[in-house]
Amino acid sequence: MLNPLVLLVDDEVPFVETMTKRLKKRDLIVNAAFSGQEALDILDKHRNTDVVILDVKMPGMDGIETLEKIKKSFPLTEVVMLTGHATVESAIEGMKKGAYDYLMKPCDIDQLMQKVTEATQKKRVHEDKIREAKVKEAMSDHGLA
Amino acid sequence: MEPGMDQDKDTHNKYYYSLTRNMLLVIILVAIMPMIVVSSIILYEFDISYHEKVRAHLEEVILKHKNDIDNFLKQKLGDIRLLAKTFTYEELRDESFLQDRLEIMQQIYGPVFVDLGVINAQGLQVAYAGPFKLGKALYSNANWFNMTMKSEYFKSDVFLGLRGLPHFIIAVRENWNGEPWILRATVDFVAFNNLVENIRIGETGFAFILNKKGAFQTKPLFDVIPTEVPCADFLNDCKKCKKGVCVIEKDDEAGNRVIYVSALLKHGDWILIYQQKASDAFSDLRRTFRVTIAIMVLAGICIVLIAFVLSKRMVNRIAESDQEKELITEQVVETGKLASVGELAAGIAHEINNPVAIMVEEAGWIEDLLEEEEFKDGENLSEFQRALQQIRTQGRRCKEITHKLLSFARKTDSRIQDVQLNDLVEELIALSAQRAKFANVDINVNLQENLPTLHVSQTELQQVFLNLINNALDAMEKTGGILNVSNGLEGDYIVVEVADDGPGIPEANIVRIFDPFFTTKPVGKGTGLGLSICYGIIKKMGGDIIVKSTMGVGTTFHVKIPIPENEQTEA
Repeated sequence: MLNPLVLLVDDEVPFVETMTKRLKKRDLIVNAAFSGQEALDILDKHRNTDVVILDVKMPGMDGIETLEKIKKSFPLTEVVMLTGHATVESAIEGMKKGAYDYLMKPCDIDQLMQKVTEATQKKRVHEDKIREAKVKEAMSDHGLA
Repeated sequence: MEPGMDQDKDTHNKYYYSLTRNMLLVIILVAIMPMIVVSSIILYEFDISYHEKVRAHLEEVILKHKNDIDNFLKQKLGDIRLLAKTFTYEELRDESFLQDRLEIMQQIYGPVFVDLGVINAQGLQVAYAGPFKLGKALYSNANWFNMTMKSEYFKSDVFLGLRGLPHFIIAVRENWNGEPWILRATVDFVAFNNLVENIRIGETGFAFILNKKGAFQTKPLFDVIPTEVPCADFLNDCKKCKKGVCVIEKDDEAGNRVIYVSALLKHGDWILIYQQKASDAFSDLRRTFRVTIAIMVLAGICIVLIAFVLSKRMVNRIAESDQEKELITEQVVETGKLASVGELAAGIAHEINNPVAIMVEEAGWIEDLLEEEEFKDGENLSEFQRALQQIRTQGRRCKEITHKLLSFARKTDSRIQDVQLNDLVEELIALSAQRAKFANVDINVNLQENLPTLHVSQTELQQVFLNLINNALDAMEKTGGILNVSNGLEGDYIVVEVADDGPGIPEANIVRIFDPFFTTKPVGKGTGLGLSICYGIIKKMGGDIIVKSTMGVGTTFHVKIPIPENEQTEA
């Protein structure tokens, strides 16, 4: 399996920097963004991004809004939310809007790794299915099935 | 605290006292002032008109009597003049004829004329008819003789004269052959006196006649000794009066107010004076005054009583509502305190959360790096790892604290659900069983069956009981003990009791036990928010949470949770 391509989004620069290093050390390919808009721009450049790790509370475009836009433009990309507080409401809202899961800050790196791996797998399976479907479609189009 | 409360009560009482007093005064003033003003005006007007009435009445009476007396005198004079004109000096000189005339006059007029006398120009009485032996008396030096010789007729003042009895004289001058002669008649003092003595009004009203010199012309009924000064005053006053009658009020020597009514008689020679004490003349008025004042005093007493009762009652009402208001204010303040603390806590929690996350990540990063080859054989590797582990542990503690603070501000899952209290409590006790075992605590559960279903937030209620049970276990951690959890119905509430037999809570701490950030646990062990959150949750449900504690015996928390209305009938 290819190493997951991850986009880390948080307005706290030191947090992003350290987390990036830690994730890279765990063989992830990591891009970083410091705002919702930046995240969307980077996703546009790196369309094969597997998982977005997204902080809920950010100035400007907040996590939920960013999540909505990501799911709209890049529906296959999975999103793991990081919440600053344990409000079940915001977590539920995030899940409803299509987030894969959520974690509370400060989070355990192993837990985060686990979620990212799972999400990547889910995404890959999803992609494979789509690819298969497309192949089938193409084959049927050409009268091969 | 206690003296403060006493002082509070004191100032309160003072405030209510002054409120009562002000109300009382206002009510009394408003009620009594118009009464006094109206009554005063009416009484004043009545007083004036009554005085006028009395004066007019007295004037009328005296005027009538003055006319009577004047007529009497005029008539007597007329009688004598008629006698003198009808008969000649020669005829009247005859004493037996004169005697006849006197007898006839006494028959007609009663014993008014005492005697008759005929006096010649030299003042010698030539004939006399009457009871006294006055024949041949010489009057040439008598005042009345000289006066009569000058004018045509004369009425004298009352005097004792030769006979030594009070009397007055009417004398008429006539001519006989160029010589003047005089017919003189003596008017009985008693008959004349009766005219005046009959003027009697009330208890102290009587009349008398004075001459210019102030000598009595009639016998006064009471001992009145008017000096010449008032007499002259009367004369002066009377001359000023147009009607011939004048009324004045004066204080006598004893200080009593006396009304004098005076009228001139005999062309100003005599003066008729009527005197009466004002208190007697205005006795009706005084009685009216007395009755009015009595009524006013009674009404005043009634008003004061009513004002007193009314203001007392009103102030009591105010005090009651003040107390209610105070209670509500207290609750609002308490709620507000919790809310503001909650907001503050949320803000702080959020601000702290991010730095803590970064710190934990940095520590994690160092841990990651330590795994690399070059550090593997480091002398202090295990120390590094321990320190980093510690940073992580403390970071997690920070996280717990901030999450608690945040949940305090925004109560976690506050959706209302149907909750079976017994299930919830049993679940929690199962959760705590392990901890209880370590703390050497036995948990006794005594739950009633068939309790009504509650409509509350399950997570919140869980939080409350978990907190209480944890606190109880904390309290008994060192000594071990028994935790009793029981519940039951109490009116419209389900009451849950969580009782421990730990060391108890000191009185000073009991009052602060629900305050946010109040904790007796060592630093780092408790946030001081647990019970505060419980309090907030239960209050929001409309219930109550009460703590009772005795040092050395234990602590009991009573949690009252309201039963939803539709469940009450079933219960």
